[in-house]
Amino acid sequence: MSALKEVEPVLERLKGVLPLSLYRELVAKLSKEEMGREKALEVIYETLKLYVKALIDAGEAIGIVTAQSIGEPSTQMILRSFHFAGLREFSMALGLPRMIEIVDARRRPATPLMYVYLDEEHSKSREKAEEVAKRIQSVTLETLARSVDVDYLTFSIVVELDPEQLRYRDISTKQLEKVLAKVRGKGLEVEFDGNVVVFRLDTSDPVKLRKIRDKLLQTRISGIKNVRKTVVRQDEGTGEWYIITEGSNLEAVLQIEGVDPTRTYSNDLHEVAEVLGIEAARTLIANELKKVLDEQGLDVDMRHMFLVADAMTWTGRVRQIGRHGVAGKKESPLARAAFEVTVKNLVDAATKGESEVFKGVFENIIAGRYIPVGTGMVRILMEL
Amino acid sequence: MAKNRRELSSLILEHQYNPQVEVVPREEAKRILRSLRAKIWQIPWIRASDPLARVVGARPGDLLRLRRRSPMAEVVETYRFVVPA
Repeated sequence: MSALKEVEPVLERLKGVLPLSLYRELVAKLSKEEMGREKALEVIYETLKLYVKALIDAGEAIGIVTAQSIGEPSTQMILRSFHFAGLREFSMALGLPRMIEIVDARRRPATPLMYVYLDEEHSKSREKAEEVAKRIQSVTLETLARSVDVDYLTFSIVVELDPEQLRYRDISTKQLEKVLAKVRGKGLEVEFDGNVVVFRLDTSDPVKLRKIRDKLLQTRISGIKNVRKTVVRQDEGTGEWYIITEGSNLEAVLQIEGVDPTRTYSNDLHEVAEVLGIEAARTLIANELKKVLDEQGLDVDMRHMFLVADAMTWTGRVRQIGRHGVAGKKESPLARAAFEVTVKNLVDAATKGESEVFKGVFENIIAGRYIPVGTGMVRILMEL
Repeated sequence: MAKNRRELSSLILEHQYNPQVEVVPREEAKRILRSLRAKIWQIPWIRASDPLARVVGARPGDLLRLRRRSPMAEVVETYRFVVPA
């Protein structure tokens, strides 16, 4: 008889105490081993003891530990890395620049990307994956044109279409006509003649003519806005096909047929926060930081990334770590002044009549008091 | 683009990066805060306009219970306090 039965009530009480993974491991081990009640209880006791010992103590300066744990490996990154690696057809920001981009929470990443995963049906073969890729990639009139002429005598723009491109992109003439018909109005007439599209304009200004030509060529015929390029790739581990896109538009791509909306994500923090919410942004920050360090062969514990992500997202918005975010919005005026732009921060705090309560680390160092960390924290516990 | 907006909201819930969410009843929220010895504003915030908060219909003042997928512990339970806007 396995030891599990004997200690069931004890295990039940541990369910909410131990982390789920540890609990499952313990149950699995106990159900395999042959042992008596006494022995089993001892195992549980030892597990619990080790778990409690591994917990972080109250007052531990985890922020400092995180800063050092991420900071030290990053110094090695500067010395040996390609910060922009060619990913077949396009480049993506990697290494230190990408890391700075994440903690600075830039509005737009240098290389917006989406990792588009596909559903069962489309992830099995390259052909099916490419089918979805065609639906996503935005195709402009320019890519479909073989030649473009501006006729300054009749004030018209003549676009000769490339039938091969049309076939390759799966675009019928009917579809094209429908999209281009919308361009009409604004003093513009569209005429179709086989493979030739003629735009007639009511202006004779050659500068304007050329401007309109450039605008027309950028008209999106199919696909999703902002997706400039798609690359179909195969995961080496699972053999699954997926798509990487240059340019990002998460909201639209999630609604495309064939896309697996549960796994598809963008590397743009603000976009993810907007479309999927702050919790998804938190996960993304942690995962992206981990990815950068993993790519460089640096082993940093995931918990440090989560602390950074938590600090950046706890107000419900994505904030950068810096003057305009985490450090700049601190409660304590002295802590803010200690970080950057000292005089401005002090003057602003003075004009607003802010007060200093000396609860944080920086302000207490400035004042020469004990910092509320470790044993220095005890006083605060007594106040309760 | 066959799918409409309503479906997008259900996609948000199912996304791998998002936790399971539920609104904690008022009474239970009070009990939780007491056991954490915390004021409600000391809990990490989530805006009421956040897509995730909107899907579960959270109002400012509510407490959300999140069950996050964690690489270390499989599932971690945390809370977020719903703030206006």
